[in-house]
Amino acid sequence: MNAQTPLLKVEGVETYYGAIRALAGVDVEVHRGEIVCLIGANGAGKSTLMMTICGQPQARQGRILFDGEDITRVPTHLIARKRIAQSPEGRRIFPRMTVYENLQMGASLDNQTYFKEDVEKIFTLFPRLKERQAQRGGTLSGGEQQMLSIGRALMARPKLLLLDEPSLGLAPLIVKQIFEAIKLLNQQEGLTVFIVEQNAFAALKLSGRGYVMVNGKVSMEGPSKELLANPEVRAAYLEGGHH
Amino acid sequence: MTAAAQPPRIPSDDRLKWALREALFAGLISFGMFVLYVGLETTQNIRNQLVLNQRWGLLAILVAIAVVGRFLIVYFIGPWFAARKAAKAAKTEVPTQSLLRRNIGWIALLALLVFPMAMVWLVGPQKSLKWVDNYGVQILIYVMLAWGLNIVVGLAGLLDLGYVAFYAVGAYSYALLSLYFGLSFWTLLPLAGILAAFWGIILGFPVLRLRGDYLAVVTLAFGEIIRLVLINWTDVTQGTFGVSGVPKASIFGIWSFEVGADNNFAKAFGLRQSSAYYKIFLFYVILAMCAVTAVVTIRLRNMPIGRAWEALREDEIACRSLGINTVTTKLTAFSIGAMFGGFAGAFFAARQGFISPESFTFHESAIILAVVVLGGMGSLFGIAVAAIVMIGGTELLREMHFLKTIFGPDFTPELYRMLIFGLAMVIVMVLKPRGLVSVRNPTAFLHERKAVSSAFTKEGHG
Ligand SMILES: Nc1ncnc2c1ncn2[C@@H]1O[C@H](COP(=O)(O)OP(=O)(O)OP(=O)(O)O)[C@@H](O)[C@H]1O
Ligand SMILES: [Mg+2]
Repeated sequence: MNAQTPLLKVEGVETYYGAIRALAGVDVEVHRGEIVCLIGANGAGKSTLMMTICGQPQARQGRILFDGEDITRVPTHLIARKRIAQSPEGRRIFPRMTVYENLQMGASLDNQTYFKEDVEKIFTLFPRLKERQAQRGGTLSGGEQQMLSIGRALMARPKLLLLDEPSLGLAPLIVKQIFEAIKLLNQQEGLTVFIVEQNAFAALKLSGRGYVMVNGKVSMEGPSKELLANPEVRAAYLEGGHH
Repeated sequence: MTAAAQPPRIPSDDRLKWALREALFAGLISFGMFVLYVGLETTQNIRNQLVLNQRWGLLAILVAIAVVGRFLIVYFIGPWFAARKAAKAAKTEVPTQSLLRRNIGWIALLALLVFPMAMVWLVGPQKSLKWVDNYGVQILIYVMLAWGLNIVVGLAGLLDLGYVAFYAVGAYSYALLSLYFGLSFWTLLPLAGILAAFWGIILGFPVLRLRGDYLAVVTLAFGEIIRLVLINWTDVTQGTFGVSGVPKASIFGIWSFEVGADNNFAKAFGLRQSSAYYKIFLFYVILAMCAVTAVVTIRLRNMPIGRAWEALREDEIACRSLGINTVTTKLTAFSIGAMFGGFAGAFFAARQGFISPESFTFHESAIILAVVVLGGMGSLFGIAVAAIVMIGGTELLREMHFLKTIFGPDFTPELYRMLIFGLAMVIVMVLKPRGLVSVRNPTAFLHERKAVSSAFTKEGHG
């Protein structure tokens, strides 16, 4: 594929939960090496978009192209095999398995081929996880679970990393750590990241471009700097303490 | 020897004083209690006169035991227990286990290998029947069934209430195919497993999208459907009359246990005819089958599919986003679990010589599931212990004739089997809510092996 093809292209996607339309025609593009953020109010459909990209639930209308290939109707596990990894809303780590086993599950795709080297990388990125490796996932603190969820996603050697609210419920210092880790991965390894955030200020600082979602539709998009300066965005998502 | 509950932490000086006082009290009380009963003994002499013996020495010994014992308990043992409890509570991981505990599986296997011989040697061939068959074989069948169900319920977390269906499929496969086509046990054993596995997949497909309660209800129905088919398909299965005269298993076709056969085992070795040989043979067969089940389960747990089962139990959606095909993962769990049920069924038919739908009611599924749950889902050892306790225990009840002397001659202990089964379950679940052995051994280690007690995961999770 030529370099101009976006890595991820979401075209007019509509997703339904029964009769409820959660996404009402969404268009999003993510290019290689970018960090793109998606902000929006509660219930706007951000998580739904993330899950729709992974095929659970599948879009009823529209198309999702990954690397130019239509993955709209592809089963979730096959989408994952195309190297789209997600740290989903609610983290969804395996509570009864140890930290180490959780990371192993992340490496299922390559049958643990690169496990040893990759796990060391994760441990340098999140030293907390190294200390806690024999502990059960369910007994980790919220921040540690978030690190584990991101770490597990990274173990799949993703081409595209989807992060759904990685800062949820975390202390500012930890948020900073995690965001720095994401930035580092993006700069050093060219990892492409699509990130959903409630913490709009931090997300727009981190990302190059951003989308604003309202009621299942993208209402605004552009370079993050412009969105940060946009009075509408400021009024809706940024007023209230972050600056 | 009364004492107030021991306060948790006392400085050792105070503790010494307190222990001495406790010991003194214990001495006084025991002296008071024993002085008349032990210190003075009344007997009759030859002329029927009452004689008073004085036994001050014995009294002194008893009082001394009470004093010293109480002192030791208060001063040493009590704090030691308290410290141990505290240490246990403080630790987040179970320490490396002792040699005995680590090799308990091998020790148990060795004991089982010599068990039939030991019984024959102890009580003779005829009496050994009861121990080898009613206890040994019976319990091992349930161990195997429970281990098979454990793959579905314990590892993959799919609540299956109709497991007995696969047991029935295995039993009828062997019984009918051997009767109609004259095939031998050893040809049909794998076939019974395959057929059961096939039915496992048949059940698996419609329930792929179901979880929890819904899955349980559908599997329950599946178990009933199979049983109703067996009852109503009278041309083949002879309905409720059952299938009788099911051929016995042979020693790989070399020696037979059929009484009339030329290559009869007892005849070939010039032994007296006895059914004990067959039962002992069956014991080793089911033991080997259990061993295979255990080895396969342990190996699978360490393979990607086994890990996928465990991950599936925890979070299906996360599994899929990690590239795991949950459809095949579930179907393999159902089919492998069913296969072991089928093996056990074929064995059961060969052992009983007679099968009928009566043997495959929901009640049976419930018992197997109870054994899995009581054993601590996922733990092979715990499940084996649970099977011994539950199946052996109920079997033992039949023997408790002395209960008749307590409750009157009309009392039949067997009738209370289920009551006691239930009571035992309630007790175990109250004391150990996650089953007898509630430790899950991680399958992956970076440095050393550590067992993680389930006490640290949320109740009711998984
Ligand atoms: N499984 C579901 N069944 C029915 N409706 C759902 C389901 N999941 C989400 N919804 C609805 O779809 C809409 C979008 O939800 P979504 O989780 O995508 O919002 P979000 O933007 O991620 O919100 P938040 O910031 O609170 O996480 C909401 O109105 C929600 O109630
Ligand atoms: Mg959300």
